Amino acid sequence: MSVIKTEKLTHIYSMGTPFEKVAIEGIDIDIPQGQLLAVIGHTGSGKSTFIQHLNALLQPSSGAVYCQGEDINKDKFSRRDVKWKVGLVFQYPEYQLFEETVYKDIAFGPSNMKLSAEEIDQRVREAAAFVGVDEELFEHSPLELSGGQKRRIAIAGVIAMRPQVLILDEPTAGLDPRGCQQILENICDYREKTGATVIIVSHSMDDVAKIAERIVVFHKGKVAMDGSPEEIFCRAEELMDIGLDIPRAAELAIALRREGLGLPEGIYTHEQLLAAILAVKEGSAC
Amino acid sequence: MLKDITLGQYFPGETVVHKLDPRTKLILVVVYIISLFQATNWISYAFITLLTALCLKLSHIRARNIFKGLKPMLFIILLTAVLNIFYTTGTPIIPGWPITWEGIARAIQMMLRICLLITGTFLLTYTTSPISLTDGLEKLMNPLKKLRLPVHEMTIMLSMALRFIPTLVEETDKIMSAQKARGADFETGSLVDRAKAMLPILVPLFVSAFRRADELAVAMESRCYHGGEGRTRMKKLKFAARDIFALILGAAVLALMMFMKKLGI
Repeated sequence: MSVIKTEKLTHIYSMGTPFEKVAIEGIDIDIPQGQLLAVIGHTGSGKSTFIQHLNALLQPSSGAVYCQGEDINKDKFSRRDVKWKVGLVFQYPEYQLFEETVYKDIAFGPSNMKLSAEEIDQRVREAAAFVGVDEELFEHSPLELSGGQKRRIAIAGVIAMRPQVLILDEPTAGLDPRGCQQILENICDYREKTGATVIIVSHSMDDVAKIAERIVVFHKGKVAMDGSPEEIFCRAEELMDIGLDIPRAAELAIALRREGLGLPEGIYTHEQLLAAILAVKEGSAC
Repeated sequence: MLKDITLGQYFPGETVVHKLDPRTKLILVVVYIISLFQATNWISYAFITLLTALCLKLSHIRARNIFKGLKPMLFIILLTAVLNIFYTTGTPIIPGWPITWEGIARAIQMMLRICLLITGTFLLTYTTSPISLTDGLEKLMNPLKKLRLPVHEMTIMLSMALRFIPTLVEETDKIMSAQKARGADFETGSLVDRAKAMLPILVPLFVSAFRRADELAVAMESRCYHGGEGRTRMKKLKFAARDIFALILGAAVLALMMFMKKLGI
C-alpha cells in the first residue's frame, strides 16, 4: 500500500519575478508503507524542496501530494494534520533546540498535538530511548550538550510525534564516523520497531548503500534514476556523469574488474566485496 | 515573505553613477537633501524632480525597484498628505469646508518631498556596494578620529551588520520551517499566543547569531585583524575627474535652489 504518492509535482520559487527558478518539475513517486528510501542528488538538485512538499511545508506550484490516499493540500486542516503523520528532521537539526531542558524540547511536538500529559511523557521517554538519549539528561539544558547528543535530541523531538513517515535531511552531516553509525542504527531500529516508512536524504553513498532498499536520484529538479541499490550502482558511469560518487566498495570492484579480476556485477557494500574477492581467491586456489 | 527586504540592497552595474567615488556620492546625497528642502514652489519642485529622474536614468535603475522601496513608507506618506490637507489655512474649495486649495497644493508638495528624499537615498544604496559605502563613510569621518571617536570600529560594525542581514533572514526562514514541522503554529491564536509562539524561533536565532559572531571574531583574529591602526587597503579610494565634475554640479544645483528660494519661485 502506498503511504506517500506525488503526481506531477512541480515547484517554482519566486514565481512571476525575475528571480523565478524551477526547483522541481514533474516528480512522480510512489512510496509504499515501510520502505526505507534514500534520496540522493547534488546541491541544488531539488531534493530538499521535494521533501518539504511531503509534509506540506511547501505547497506545489502544480501537481499534488497524497498521504494515505488523501490530498494533503486539500485545506488548512489537512496541511496541519499531515505534519503529525510525516515527521521531517531538517539538516543540522541541533540548531533548532530552544527549550530550557532536554525533556521540554522533545515534548514540544507532542504538546503541539494537544495530547494529555501522560501521553506526552510516555512519548518523550520512548523517543529518547530510540535515539539512545539517557533519561539522566532530561533536566539538562540542550545547549550545553555535545553536537552528536544535540542532534539525537532533535531527532527525538520529531520521533516523539510518532510519525508514520520519518524524513531526515542529511542526518549524518558533520558527525564523526562513530556518530554517523549510531544515528543510522537508531533510525533503522526505529523503523524495525514501529514499521514506519523512512526517507533519508544523503550525500554519503556509503551510508546509503548500507541501509537503503530503494534509491531515488535527483538531477536538475527531475528524477534521474529510481530503483534498488543494485540497479542504481550498476549504472556507476551515469552517476559519475551527473557528478555523484559511488560507494567506495563499488569503486574498488570496478577498478579490480578492469585489472582482470573476475568479480560479479552489482557489488556495492564492503561485505559483498569481501565475499566476492574470497570466492575468486578460492576459485583460483583449486 | 521575509526575503522581500530591500534594505541595503545593491544592484551591481557599470554606469557613471556606479563608478563615482562613494565619498562623492555620500556628499552629493547630503547636498541633494539640503537642496530638496530649499524647494518651496512648483518650479523648484519640478526642477529637482527632473534632476532626480535624470540621475535614475543615468544609473539604469528601474522605476519598479524604486516603487518597491517606497511601498513600506506608503502609510507615512499618506498620513503626511492627509494632515496637510486638513491643517493648512487658506481659501476653502467649498466655503465652510476645512479643505483648502493651499492645503491640497501643500499635501502634494509634501508627498513629493518625502518620495524624492527616499529615492535620493535609494540611489545611493542601489548603486554603491555596502563595502565601498562604509569605506567612504570611514574616510569622510576620518577627521573625527582626532576627537578619539572610534570611526573605524563603527564603520566595520556597520558593514558587518549589513553583511549579516541576508544570512539571518535565511536562518530565520529555516528555523521557522523546522518548528512548523514540529507543529508550531504562528498564524492563529490571540496576540499573547502568537508572541509566545515566537520563542521557538527567537531562542535558536539568538544562539546562532552569537555563535556566528564568535566564529567571525576568531576568523578575523586568526587573520591578524587588530582594529584600524596601521591598516592598509587593497582598493584605495581615489577621486577622479568625474568626481570633481559631479561635486561642482552638485554645488551649482544647491546654489540655484537657494537662489530660487530667495526669488520665491
